[in-house]
Amino acid sequence: MNRVLNRTTLKNLTGFIQRFQSTLVVAEHNNDKLTPITLNAITAASKLGGDVTCLVAGTNCAKVVEQISKVQGVKKILVAQHESYKGGLPEELTPLILETQKQFNFTHICAGASAFGKNLLPRVAAKLDVAPVSDIIEIKSPDTFVRTIYAGNALSTVKCNETVKVFSVRGTAFEAAPTEGGGAASEEVAPPPPTGISEWIEQNLTKSERPELTSAKVVVSGGRGLKSGENFKLLYDLADKLNAAVGASRAAVDAGFVPNDMQVGQTGKIVAPELYIAVGISGAIQHLAGMKDSKTIVAINKDPEAPIFQVADYGLVADLFKAVPEMTEALSK
Amino acid sequence: MSGRVLVGVKRVIDYAVKIRVKPDHTGVVTDGVKHSMNPFCEIAVEEAVKLKEKKLIKEVVAVSCGPQQSQETIRTALAMGADRGIHVEVSGKDYESLGPLQVSKILAALAKSEEAQLVILGKQAIDDDCNQTGQMTAALLDWPQGTFASEVSLEEGKVKVVREIDGGLETIRINTPAVLTADLRLNTPRYATLPNIMKAKKKKITNVKPADLGVDLTSRLEVLSVDEPPQRQAGIKVETVEDLVSKLKEVGKV
Repeated sequence: MNRVLNRTTLKNLTGFIQRFQSTLVVAEHNNDKLTPITLNAITAASKLGGDVTCLVAGTNCAKVVEQISKVQGVKKILVAQHESYKGGLPEELTPLILETQKQFNFTHICAGASAFGKNLLPRVAAKLDVAPVSDIIEIKSPDTFVRTIYAGNALSTVKCNETVKVFSVRGTAFEAAPTEGGGAASEEVAPPPPTGISEWIEQNLTKSERPELTSAKVVVSGGRGLKSGENFKLLYDLADKLNAAVGASRAAVDAGFVPNDMQVGQTGKIVAPELYIAVGISGAIQHLAGMKDSKTIVAINKDPEAPIFQVADYGLVADLFKAVPEMTEALSK
Repeated sequence: MSGRVLVGVKRVIDYAVKIRVKPDHTGVVTDGVKHSMNPFCEIAVEEAVKLKEKKLIKEVVAVSCGPQQSQETIRTALAMGADRGIHVEVSGKDYESLGPLQVSKILAALAKSEEAQLVILGKQAIDDDCNQTGQMTAALLDWPQGTFASEVSLEEGKVKVVREIDGGLETIRINTPAVLTADLRLNTPRYATLPNIMKAKKKKITNVKPADLGVDLTSRLEVLSVDEPPQRQAGIKVETVEDLVSKLKEVGKV
């Protein structure tokens, strides 16, 4: 009797807790467009089972608020518009998030694990005196998450017993939330006074007509084997045929062939495209960390012993300077 | 500036080692495995030593939290040019659950007691891959943060930081005192020469307990299990580019 009662109480209690999950997703944007990884974070937030609120902070939020209002799964949008949010500095955004947390008592606060999310969330967590969870790839329950450690060579399942769960979401591990069909209402939040301890000066973005690396369906990457920056043109030509983004290994970045925002790996970007073509890349642990969840991996390398062949679905042992132009040619037919 | 720089250094399994998950799924095998200084921490030390060589700061203090062996990591920093070390001794169960929250509390307490102008850390440790400690240390101190730095220049009472962001680079200017975290491109760490390694043996390492700093090591994160990632199916070798393209067409990838 007693046992039955306890079980029922427990079930009710769990239901009670479930119903009152509420998640804040910090939206990443450039005042004009929502960054795609926010859509992946919204999907992750929806898996927690509670209400999802999105915070849009910036100097000019109208366009982004309009985009998010249509995203499925978002219940409410909080908008904070102020000059001090220029450049999305964590010193200014943290007090704002703490203020909204005080007001709404979210059980979860999250963002995409991009440079923006990684910069901001730990600062918020420390202010809340909670341990954050980085770059999660799976949500098992509202307090249990899976993340990778040791450059993706082990999966760690962690239970977070903090009152507020602060976490960043690996974009490639969750589908993007649909951008039509939602109907979230927006509400203004008063920005707290600026801290003024940091100042955003400028951005130098790498301009490219190609799709964005982390969300591209096809990625063509080059390594040390390309030998020079000029030779990367071979990959750009191939990428154009495939509507692919172009990535690189650390060796190619360090040698100055390409800018560092193209680096794929443990310390660069994590990608998981439908097709990943690794050209002249040996396949070091640190590089594999960034691409081994790709659906299909192709390796073109003249060294038959290169570790990349151990993860490649299709391997071609050949001189890339001959094989890549041939492949571009074959795809033009 | 004539201040002091605190550099956090972590002892981790060497980056080139292929790790093994323990059969009981409680973690990865660390016994008898080669350890070294986390590569990002080496870059942080190098940057601090460079600032000293430019006479922009007067002292570099290397800090590591962990068991006895962490002292080797501090010695490496001393051999690279740090002036003295602080070993915050954490061992046993406390070390197993030691995470960025606890380390940042320790670093924040030391930054205050040492009156540091700058705290320089690596952007992430290659074992837990958290990328949190610098940001959390900055938060606890209410200092600004210059994370993923690829270029740092000291100005009067400020630091100009070029940061590696997703689409390229961004420049910010932050007040000092500040916390910086080093990205790969910040510099190329020097090798410690034998004479410097010998000299480092004479440099002082102070031993401190977290309790001395008023830091409670309780963790509310619990690792339930550590598992191997799913293995990929072995692939095939193709002979020609034509083969490759036709295979990709067959499976609908091109």
